[in-house]
Amino acid sequence: MAGAGARHRAAARPRPGVGETAPVRRLLIAATLLVLGCVLVLPLVSVFAEALRGGLGAYLASFRDPEALAAIRLTLLVAAIAVPVNIVFGLSAAWAIAKFSFPGKRLLITLIDLPYAVSPVVSGLVYIMIYGAHGVLGPWLAAHDLQVIFAVPGIVLATIFVTFPFVARELIPLMEEQGTEQEQAAMTLGASGWQTFRRVTLPNVRWALLYGVILCNARAMGEFGAVSVVSGHIRGKTATMPLQVEILYNEYNYVAAFAVASLLAMLALATLVAKAVVERRAGAASAQLATTGTATELQPREAP
Amino acid sequence: MKPGRTRRRVGVLPGFGPTLGITVFMVSVVVVIPLTGLFVRSAGLGFGGVWETVTTSRVLAAFRLSFGASLIAAAINAVVGFLVAWTLVRYEFPGKRIVDALVDLPFALPTAVSGIALTALFAPQGWVGRLLAPLGLPVAFTPLGVTVALIFIGLPFVVRTLQPALMDLDAEVEEAAAVLGAGRLQILGRVILPTVLPALLTGTTLAFARAVGEYGSVVFISGNMPHKTEIVPLLIVAKLEQYDYAGATAIGAVMLVLSFAILLAVNLLQGWTGRYREGN
Repeated sequence: MAGAGARHRAAARPRPGVGETAPVRRLLIAATLLVLGCVLVLPLVSVFAEALRGGLGAYLASFRDPEALAAIRLTLLVAAIAVPVNIVFGLSAAWAIAKFSFPGKRLLITLIDLPYAVSPVVSGLVYIMIYGAHGVLGPWLAAHDLQVIFAVPGIVLATIFVTFPFVARELIPLMEEQGTEQEQAAMTLGASGWQTFRRVTLPNVRWALLYGVILCNARAMGEFGAVSVVSGHIRGKTATMPLQVEILYNEYNYVAAFAVASLLAMLALATLVAKAVVERRAGAASAQLATTGTATELQPREAP
Repeated sequence: MKPGRTRRRVGVLPGFGPTLGITVFMVSVVVVIPLTGLFVRSAGLGFGGVWETVTTSRVLAAFRLSFGASLIAAAINAVVGFLVAWTLVRYEFPGKRIVDALVDLPFALPTAVSGIALTALFAPQGWVGRLLAPLGLPVAFTPLGVTVALIFIGLPFVVRTLQPALMDLDAEVEEAAAVLGAGRLQILGRVILPTVLPALLTGTTLAFARAVGEYGSVVFISGNMPHKTEIVPLLIVAKLEQYDYAGATAIGAVMLVLSFAILLAVNLLQGWTGRYREGN
């Protein structure tokens, strides 16, 4: 199927006599660059410009603030929990959904997708309604001296919710397309289930998995709305980096706010670079697979 | 007994039970139970209670702003996104790869960062605000500012949905139209646009859906004045800060129902897109 797509795309490339004249083409390219420059590049540049407004010394001094450091540590901690949870969940869901057929599969996929559609603020709200002081589990948690809302566990839960589909949604279509033949061949040759997964399935999906992890990590570190609702904004305790940005900004401490923001902007840029690299590698890998004619091509199409 | 039957039919692969178990457990704990909880809580308020909360003038004003600004932003994104996707698919120019990667910036940049950056740009002393202020066009702390933030956040949805559809276009059809004497604009309007319309609508709807729920990039630039520049997600936060849990639940439940409706619309649109491609 990947091969067919590539052929189709090659055929669709515009031919002479169909494309625009050179002036029109140049005009459209210029318009695109102008629009993207204004909409995307300008805000990005302004983050760094504002952060460095007071000079490099003031910029660096922002990172000596213990609260800023605490925010960075908390952000790393949250991502360090949410991302592995997402990987385990994503791989499990993709294995069950892509390699087996069972009733209710579509519903399950829709439920996994649901967090995409929910406003971040509503995501935070639902967790308050469960774990908060007035929530369903609130009295029980209070009796056992457990605090979820306005504490780190709530932040982690909200982050898991908003990043929930990221890894699974990258893996499911790919693993569905790859089918089960390679795994069955490995099992027939005597590999155990775990060996099959590790030596056959995992290498086949490694780029998609990495892609999902990159996106998941960016969202986990950068989530604002959902985390803001459940965190309580306790400085130095439950403020992640995006929340610290808000706190500093609302105190008119612009240089410090933009300094922390500049770290997040660098994370975003690193994410974009990593994403582009992985996309190219994944493209090369699937092209190789298509030319050598392995399972992807031989696999019969699923009946509609 | 059903899983056993399917396992035999599909083959010998193990691990169906445990992986499905983990999946169903996680989906229940993370998604289903919390979301159901919100509906149960709002049901406790009764239909009348919810209705009373969401029809107060402040809430209605917030819904008007959220939907109005999201609709305008999505419409602008449809036009701008088409231009960007077209240029990226059809033309070669230096730095194209970088431009293409940059389109995803609004996805990758934390919304709080986008929010303060846009506010700094469009504030009266900002780089852009300074130019617009003499024209009598204040952006920051007005509904226009809300729209600007929503344009920023929604652009990649339209571009990324349109790109594959534009790539899949058949050159032969365009050639045939050209041979039959159609001009470029006619081809664009009569051949290309109708073919990519499902993708364009899907992308625009996705941008709209994101815009309605967006919080971080909007709260800084909007100024958050009740009745004027207060969006619905902010209103939920405001209610929570006033310990008005019933009010927050009611608005949240309405938002959830609306997001599900939009999600359904997107799914139907995608079904339409798929059928269209298959027909080709």
